[in-house]
Amino acid sequence: MHTTALTLIELGSVLLFLGILGRLAGLIGLSPIPLYLIGGLFFGSGGLLELEGVVNFSEVASEIGVVLLLLMLGLEYTAKELVTGLRQSWMAGIVDLVLNFTPGVLVGFILGWGPVGALVMGGVTYISSSGIAAKVMSDLGRLGNRETPTVLAILVFEDLAMAVYLPILTAVLAGLSFAGGLGTVGVSLLVVTLVLVVALRWGNVVSAVVDSKDREVFLLTLIGAALLVAGLASALQVSAAVGAFLLGIAISGATAENAARVLEPLRDLFAAIFFVVFGLNTDPASIPPVLGVALVLALVTSATKIGTGWWAASRQGIGRLGRARAGTALVARGEFSIVIAGLAVASGAVDGQLAPLATTYVLLMAVLGPVMARLAEPAMELLARRPREAVEPA
Amino acid sequence: MKVIETRLPGIGVRREIITNSGRRVGIVAQRDGDLDLIISKANDPDTCIASIRLTTDEAAAIGNLFGSPQLVGQLRDEHRDLPGVSTRQFLITPGSPFDGRSLGETRMRSRSGASLVAVLRSGQVQASPGPDFQLAAGDLLVVVGTSEGLDAAADILQHG
Repeated sequence: MHTTALTLIELGSVLLFLGILGRLAGLIGLSPIPLYLIGGLFFGSGGLLELEGVVNFSEVASEIGVVLLLLMLGLEYTAKELVTGLRQSWMAGIVDLVLNFTPGVLVGFILGWGPVGALVMGGVTYISSSGIAAKVMSDLGRLGNRETPTVLAILVFEDLAMAVYLPILTAVLAGLSFAGGLGTVGVSLLVVTLVLVVALRWGNVVSAVVDSKDREVFLLTLIGAALLVAGLASALQVSAAVGAFLLGIAISGATAENAARVLEPLRDLFAAIFFVVFGLNTDPASIPPVLGVALVLALVTSATKIGTGWWAASRQGIGRLGRARAGTALVARGEFSIVIAGLAVASGAVDGQLAPLATTYVLLMAVLGPVMARLAEPAMELLARRPREAVEPA
Repeated sequence: MKVIETRLPGIGVRREIITNSGRRVGIVAQRDGDLDLIISKANDPDTCIASIRLTTDEAAAIGNLFGSPQLVGQLRDEHRDLPGVSTRQFLITPGSPFDGRSLGETRMRSRSGASLVAVLRSGQVQASPGPDFQLAAGDLLVVVGTSEGLDAAADILQHG
């Protein structure tokens, strides 16, 4: 068959399949990310169907997916929100970092993947899925709750931490020397600070440059700017994703809202391709050997996230139920854990088992997170009732 | 009355007041323009007994419901010395014959003798709107006239 025809047929079937999976996810109120990963496993190497034709397209498309994911994340926040969030929540943020980065690091070392693998796994277990958390809190009608700002502040801190972590990761994965790596990190810290200052002072100028009344012109300018910034950042070894994230932060106000609206469908398409490609590159047969480790890691890091949220909420004077809600809202891991694992796998600098472990872990956490968030209140009520029942005569 | 404003990064802004009875009542204004009406639970003030998604139109209609009694009360006070004159409010419902048409088209004053003194929209008062004013669903009209005139006005607004 003609290659173009084959590519179109394969790409069409994959997207159609994802559409069906997404509908299924919507029916049972689940995030579609785990299902996209399963879709990738199903089609990819060692899966039921092997797709060769889409490889070239999907590789570039999944890169674009990462850029758009991070650009949209940057658009969600204004520089002011980031700075005030950082000021209010830095302590909770650091507790979160220490409690949730450590389990991944330990697993990396225990499995003998060395400091590079440990750094990657630390990132995978650290970062909560802000997408899933925000959706869960909105679906469960918790936007008016008093613990919600605390949860969001922690998510903001994590996203800022990503802006520092990703360049470090990129440098380490590229095998830069210690001095070279330090240089990259210095450059990226400088750039992050510069962008925050520019966005705070002259955010309207950046927005005005990108903005246009014509939807088409606006879309092309946005995507062009994002890919250009991402590419330049990548050329400087500062991670393409961070470049896009910083551009998103610099765009503010009404322009950011319009940009988010215009980009959302594109982000959904390319991010779905990114998740599928990650799944495609993972052999389903490699999952059973890492299942035990993934389960233990899932249990431990659920507990550490709940602990983080519990502690942060109690510092704000929030009651026991609210603390449980805050903790469980943070449990879900998702898109950014896969972004981190994807970077590591693409560089080829990590153990072959990392991809299946990260896939299994995210599959578990993306499902467990929303379930735990739902069960937090009934579980707490059950715990509170039990002692009383024991005292009262039957 | 102090309105407490809390930014919710990535979602929007929460604005609430604490009532005399100790409950938090307010709104979450989302990025896309939707509003959530929130009312805190009595026995667990951290959480909400209700979090109701309202469209912009619905929120505006509720704003009018809260705002209009004050305006109507004020007008009633002013008309106290004129026996036979009273004030009534009419809501333009979706699908009403005047939803999307101009005020002039109702020819309310010439047909009923009652006059429209204000329109409440999105919680804002539009005083003495002109004949070009476009009516829309959710608008609350404040009309002054005799009781027969007001009945006629109600009939016009309902049946065109």
